[in-house]
Amino acid sequence: MSNEALKRTPLFEEQLALGAKMVPFAGYEMPVEYSSLIAEHEACRNSVGIFDVSHMGELRLSGAGAKDFLLRMLTNDLERIDEVGAAQYTLMLDEDGHIIDDLIVYNTGGEYLIVVNASNRETDLEWLSSQAPGDVEIVDESERTALVAVQGPKALQVIGELAGKDWTAPERFCIREALLDASLPALIARTGYTGEDGVEVFVHARDAVALWRLLLSFPEVSPAGLGARDTLRLEVCYSLYGSDMDRTRTPIEAGLGWVCPKTRSGYVGAEVIAAQREDPPAEVLRYLLLERGIPRHGYEVWSPDRLLGQVASGSHAPSLGRGIATAYLPREDTKPGTKVEVDIRGRRFPAEIVKPPFYHAQ
Amino acid sequence: MGAPTDLKYSNDHEWVRVEADQATVGVSDYAQGQLGGLVFIELPSVGDALIAGEAFGEVESVKSVSELIAPVSGEIVEVNTALEGAPETINNDPYGAGWIVKVALSEPAQLDELLDADAYEQHIS
Repeated sequence: MSNEALKRTPLFEEQLALGAKMVPFAGYEMPVEYSSLIAEHEACRNSVGIFDVSHMGELRLSGAGAKDFLLRMLTNDLERIDEVGAAQYTLMLDEDGHIIDDLIVYNTGGEYLIVVNASNRETDLEWLSSQAPGDVEIVDESERTALVAVQGPKALQVIGELAGKDWTAPERFCIREALLDASLPALIARTGYTGEDGVEVFVHARDAVALWRLLLSFPEVSPAGLGARDTLRLEVCYSLYGSDMDRTRTPIEAGLGWVCPKTRSGYVGAEVIAAQREDPPAEVLRYLLLERGIPRHGYEVWSPDRLLGQVASGSHAPSLGRGIATAYLPREDTKPGTKVEVDIRGRRFPAEIVKPPFYHAQ
Repeated sequence: MGAPTDLKYSNDHEWVRVEADQATVGVSDYAQGQLGGLVFIELPSVGDALIAGEAFGEVESVKSVSELIAPVSGEIVEVNTALEGAPETINNDPYGAGWIVKVALSEPAQLDELLDADAYEQHIS
């Protein structure tokens, strides 16, 4: 894809001014790193990191049939977010039980906001539109919405100062309106992708720069790129669409059975999930911890004379100082505690299958 | 940081400090900046042969892997094994504590093919 074809978020110029290294990601020109990926990772673990995630898609679903429609389209139990301001991590499957996308659905009162992966936005919109009955309206608000993730142990303190002393932060996995700095209308969701406490702040695209500068005015806040976002999420074993799951994998294979409650039926793909609970799949997503060496996407996993699979996500884990990876491996032979080997450019490095997560937020 | 004038440089961004028939090899400040924060290094061993133009080790940042390309030929007489526990030393002090290997030169004439600091600065500009 040529650079001309790449889209930019409203924060593109701000990022360039901060010296960001830009890379193509999901059709956008996005900051992968500002000055140091590791420093950005640590800022988020110890203080506050802010991430421009405006590339993500925001779809608003309203109408009398919206709830029933989403009950059918999404795997998790939407009844559990009946209260206005509640939110839920959930999956959208096709008829074969394969994952179309993972997303967060927010109950914003009389309608639902769903936040989807940038790379899947068009697919999601087409799929939902093709399935929606006449009494459901779907609006794509992605272009006019900016989203900044504010993550880390001091994130709530920073947002609290901006929102004013009369404002109470939403509970974990809830969303609430706020007026930041007495002038910026925002939706504040207590969600994130780093394992740390923190929020994701939705504002109108025209307010993105003002929000970004307000956040950076706090000395405890550092801008962080997609590189740190990836190491942070992998350490806490949050799945990445396109690496840890895709249209060829089911939630049971991807270790996301917990997002498909056993009590539920009637959603698209439910029969496949029920069948795989009875008759488990041959391959599942496993988590590998290395003593030394950095596993990367596509590297082979051996046992030791049999090829078991390939690394899905792999990286150095800054919080552990070790190499970590995910891989789809034969379920029976790779239970936690099993020793395997990763082929790193022709040399074998020992790895152990471990239970997720690799890292617990402090 | 400008390239120190007492060193020679390869097009592959390694530097060489010559002392008699021995040379110290490292990567340039420009190269460490391009590589980003290093988190892993694969070093050769004392006694290994270094062959100009061929890989003698690897450095990895979180996001990428890069080979270390030998600027000269010779036998490795010393390896900076301290880098294994602290590869970021290459980022912090590329021309000092971040040195990688010392070699007994087998073909000193190769030094003439390397760039001086001015030519290297041109090469990276």
